[in-house]
Amino acid sequence: MAKKELKPSELAAKQAADNEAALEALRARRKKEQLRLQKSKGSQKRVGKSWKNDIGIFIFLILLGAFMVFPIYIAIISSIKPINELFIMPPKLYSLDPTLDNFKDLFQVANNSWVPFSRNVFNSLFVTITATVFHVIFACMAAFILAKCRFPGGKLLNKIVVISLLFNSTVTYIMQYIVMAGMGMINTYAALIFPLIPASMGLFLMIQSIGQIPDAMIEAAKVDGASLFSICWGIVMPNSRPALMTIIIFEFQAAWNAAGGSVVYDEALKTIPTVVQQIALAGLSRQGAIAASAVVLMIPPLVIFIIAQGQVMETMAHAGMKD
Amino acid sequence: MALESSGIFGVSRKVTLGERIRYTGHEMKRNIACYVMLAPFMVFFIVFTVIPVIMSLPMGFTSFDMATFPPKFVGLDNFYTLFLEDDVFLQSVRTTLIFAIFTGPLSYALSFFLAWLINELHPKLKTLFTLIFYAPSMAGNIYFVWQLIFSGDSYGYLNSFLNTMGFTTAAVQWLTNANYLLPCVIIVQLWISMGAGFLALRAGFQGIDSAMYEAGAIEGIRNRWQELVFITIPSMGPQLMFAAVMQIVSSFTADIVGRQLVGFPSTDYMAHTIMTHAFDYGWVRYEMGYASAICFILFIAMLICNSVIRKILQKYLDT
Repeated sequence: MAKKELKPSELAAKQAADNEAALEALRARRKKEQLRLQKSKGSQKRVGKSWKNDIGIFIFLILLGAFMVFPIYIAIISSIKPINELFIMPPKLYSLDPTLDNFKDLFQVANNSWVPFSRNVFNSLFVTITATVFHVIFACMAAFILAKCRFPGGKLLNKIVVISLLFNSTVTYIMQYIVMAGMGMINTYAALIFPLIPASMGLFLMIQSIGQIPDAMIEAAKVDGASLFSICWGIVMPNSRPALMTIIIFEFQAAWNAAGGSVVYDEALKTIPTVVQQIALAGLSRQGAIAASAVVLMIPPLVIFIIAQGQVMETMAHAGMKD
Repeated sequence: MALESSGIFGVSRKVTLGERIRYTGHEMKRNIACYVMLAPFMVFFIVFTVIPVIMSLPMGFTSFDMATFPPKFVGLDNFYTLFLEDDVFLQSVRTTLIFAIFTGPLSYALSFFLAWLINELHPKLKTLFTLIFYAPSMAGNIYFVWQLIFSGDSYGYLNSFLNTMGFTTAAVQWLTNANYLLPCVIIVQLWISMGAGFLALRAGFQGIDSAMYEAGAIEGIRNRWQELVFITIPSMGPQLMFAAVMQIVSSFTADIVGRQLVGFPSTDYMAHTIMTHAFDYGWVRYEMGYASAICFILFIAMLICNSVIRKILQKYLDT
């Protein structure tokens, strides 16, 4: 009888209070359990995890890591060795008298060619930044459509993208050259930039990452009357910023290291990797300058990687393949 | 979807071709915005990737020196020559397979193993080691350092080390001796091969919910090995697949490391891969038809390899 007298609103309030109490009890119990666990062996503990194991792993990683870093270390150390130290017998793993002469030499050698080195630096930056910007913008839009829209041909395009991961530019290079020659693009900036724009790895990464965004979010925006374009840039992209950072890293790295020596023969259009290759042709006498140029070339991708590394980790978790 | 439509009384009937075309046309018109947004990427993609690939197929049946148009049709001659007469090609297939075995599965397993080990460390150390193992693929073109290390005179780091330690008495010609140069190139290729695949695996490990391990411990998993087999690998299917494709591509198209390190052509063609062979005919001898045939065969090999690995890993994709 007493229950019947309750109004619906009171009933709801009572239920809510009951729920609250039950939840509170559950939380208290869980906290207690956690405390107990922490006291006994630490909640982060996992099976078979011990100090001894960790030290073993650490030593193994250090040894392998040393192998990975050793050549890079040698490049850096060679770049600050004066010329007489470069040919000491036996070769030393450190420099007795570190100097920046090699870097000065490099810029001097590079400046003595047909065009000033600053022109090559400009070319490299221009090509890398343009390619990265266009690649990112185009790939983002295409990935959004391929991941979230259903339209005739969509499935086929998705398949083509996965297959095209199997090509790297070396396989298609010969034909690419003929296509570019046919379009009169040889020896222009276009020959350097355009082939870098449709990198399917970046597109694929974006498709996977956008696939994780709930459809409901996009449907809601559609109901509100947003256009596909504004959904893409207003809703989807802010939610896949990590993926965005990743493809920026990959594309920047690819574009920065791309040697366009065979599609561009005008000195004024050459990028740093091409010029460095030419300098390296002089062989032993340029040892120091070559090392210096390697160090200089390494810096921009490294900086971009370090800045974006946190986001890379987050994104790559979605980088799997699904049909 | 559009293949069958149910008529009255739920009896389905075949849809005629005309209806299908009309339906598709209607759908295309309705989704015009999709095509507009796809267009910028797809235009570049088609011009610089799809067309070159499609072009290389018929080009393989021609003799083309890039100067005389149109290319002369020679039928299957290129493929006959490749398999029956070109000893260097057969040698390059052998080299590519050796390369693929070492830098493919080995590097794949190593990336996986390293990513696993790194995952067990303290968060700060994780970041440091990820950077260390990814650094070589960023440094990229520092072949000259490897030339210094493997240098044939006693100025080389390796030779000088071995001499001082008393292992050898004379300098070893690492990069020109036919016995040593292939292992040297493989080592450098391995060094460079920890790229996107490694990063994907690293993140795959990080993305696994730690609650799964706690549950596993309750269910009776006794050591880390069991943890790896029963929990970690099944929840990493997508990353394993992604890394596999990246490894296939990089190991099958290995070329530039060899050319930079041991010269081109290398002693006895020991480091002559299929890609090097294509480079040789395409860019040194200007026999584009022949080079296209080589590229085409390589692509078919990669396609087959990809689908085989896909099948093997398929069971992990669904879990």
